[in-house]
Amino acid sequence: MTHAVEIKDLHKSFGSLEVLKGVDFTVDEGQVVCVIGPSGSGKSTLLRCVNLLEQPTKGKVTVGGVELTDPDVDIDAARRRLGMVFQSFNLFPHMTVLQNVMIAQRRVLKRGKQEAERIARENLDKVGVGAKCDAYPPQLSGGQQQRVAIARALAMDPALMLFDEPTSALDPELVGDVLSVMRKLAQDGMTMLVVTHEMSFAREVADRVVFMDGGVIVEEGPPGQVIGDPQHARTRTFLRRVLDPTYSGDDDTSETADADGGRAATPGSAGG
Amino acid sequence: MTDQSMAAGPAGPAGPVPGRARMSPRKRQRISRGVQYVVLVAAVVAIAFVTNWEGLAQNFAKMDVAKQAFPDVFTVALKNTIIYSVGGFVFGSLGGLLLALMRMSSVRPYRWIATVYIEVFRGLPALLIFLLILFLPLALPGFEVPGGTYGQGILGLTIVSAAYMAETLRAGLQAVPKGQAEAARSLGMSHTRSMVSVVIPQALRIVIPPTTNQFVALLKDSSLVLFLGVSGEYVELTKFGNDLASTTANATPIMVVGLTYLLVTIPLGYLAGRLEKRQAKGR
Repeated sequence: MTHAVEIKDLHKSFGSLEVLKGVDFTVDEGQVVCVIGPSGSGKSTLLRCVNLLEQPTKGKVTVGGVELTDPDVDIDAARRRLGMVFQSFNLFPHMTVLQNVMIAQRRVLKRGKQEAERIARENLDKVGVGAKCDAYPPQLSGGQQQRVAIARALAMDPALMLFDEPTSALDPELVGDVLSVMRKLAQDGMTMLVVTHEMSFAREVADRVVFMDGGVIVEEGPPGQVIGDPQHARTRTFLRRVLDPTYSGDDDTSETADADGGRAATPGSAGG
Repeated sequence: MTDQSMAAGPAGPAGPVPGRARMSPRKRQRISRGVQYVVLVAAVVAIAFVTNWEGLAQNFAKMDVAKQAFPDVFTVALKNTIIYSVGGFVFGSLGGLLLALMRMSSVRPYRWIATVYIEVFRGLPALLIFLLILFLPLALPGFEVPGGTYGQGILGLTIVSAAYMAETLRAGLQAVPKGQAEAARSLGMSHTRSMVSVVIPQALRIVIPPTTNQFVALLKDSSLVLFLGVSGEYVELTKFGNDLASTTANATPIMVVGLTYLLVTIPLGYLAGRLEKRQAKGR
């Protein structure tokens, strides 16, 4: 059977810095996979390699049976099946909310104006910002902007949605609105690959959680196992730091020393 | 300052203790201001007495000479100045956009061509370009710049402004956050489509202020058209003023022409400021 996403031996370097050091994993149709891990672990790069915003240095990325790393692939056509939501929203500031959701439908899918507007309004209603159609993105709160960005991606009828830390740039009280939209999407059966720091979301919504550190997958499995009962010391240390920010990880120093060595300061890394 | 003030107190790491100085900075500044005002008023009064106002008025603001300039200063000269500069601006902007995209292209020869063009024509005086255009028909027998005198004038201004606009637009294009193009590409837009629909419109908003300056500079450079040997219905403001000043042996027409330039450039600056503010609100 073909997977929705299949990644084989993925490597990515920026200059001499190797960010991904051989990643293999798959996402199946209808699954929600959450990727967690410390900053600098390569999880965002992994996500960006799935729609080829970053060109992998080596390895194979196959989405919906189409190999994206094939040099002759029509990457624009392939990306139409992938919705992407960014940490910093990346709405088009010179267009109204409605135009933001319509532009790609009109220019890429060649939908008529009325059809595009109908679909745009449907999706904006679905994410709860239907009343903001004529506003410009900078006039909206971060949470509203991110929901518009989700509606913009959904309007293209994607087979798979990629989320790159969608709530990391939001004020804490706005995170819930975005997460509830994503939860609803998951319940509707959307295939989703989510890079996130929201452990409660991952635990509740994900079918599978992938923990990355140092450019490799350290551990993956059902959320109850990876988050609830992690097998690897690095996963345990990471989770303890995320769930309890005051924890400094002293009792795990010996095991985390090499993992922390190459990274910029994360809270508590002074111990390692 | 003096021995006394040095000895006034135990000098800490930051000098004498404040408050011991004989005059506070505020008082010192007030006295200095007062002196400046007195000097300024004295200078203005002196100039007003010394100047031969009547002679100046006779030569620079003679009403009956000024009247001779109308209505041609608007209907012919200003019209032509605007034709030359708007023409040069429009074609220069298009050329500049092309050069900017070439300079940022991943195709190396495009980058080379754009770089050479920009470096050469940004470094040459506009006057030199006009003199060269004059020799074009000699160099290429049978060749004529389309549009006659207007065409030649617009061509000269286009060549110069394209080089400047290319750099301005490149800065604008590079100032658009990378995430914008990424968002457009991940919606399935091609590189060209994402440039046209997303990046270029935002870049144009960013370059409004430097582009206004560019247009004002072009408006003034259009005076160089006079070196093409224009006459009659093709004269622009400077040539018009100069000709009339020669025939009347009076500088008044030049003043009239100068005011006419300002009539265009000052509202233009104001308009650009408003446009910029409006765009800033939308961001």
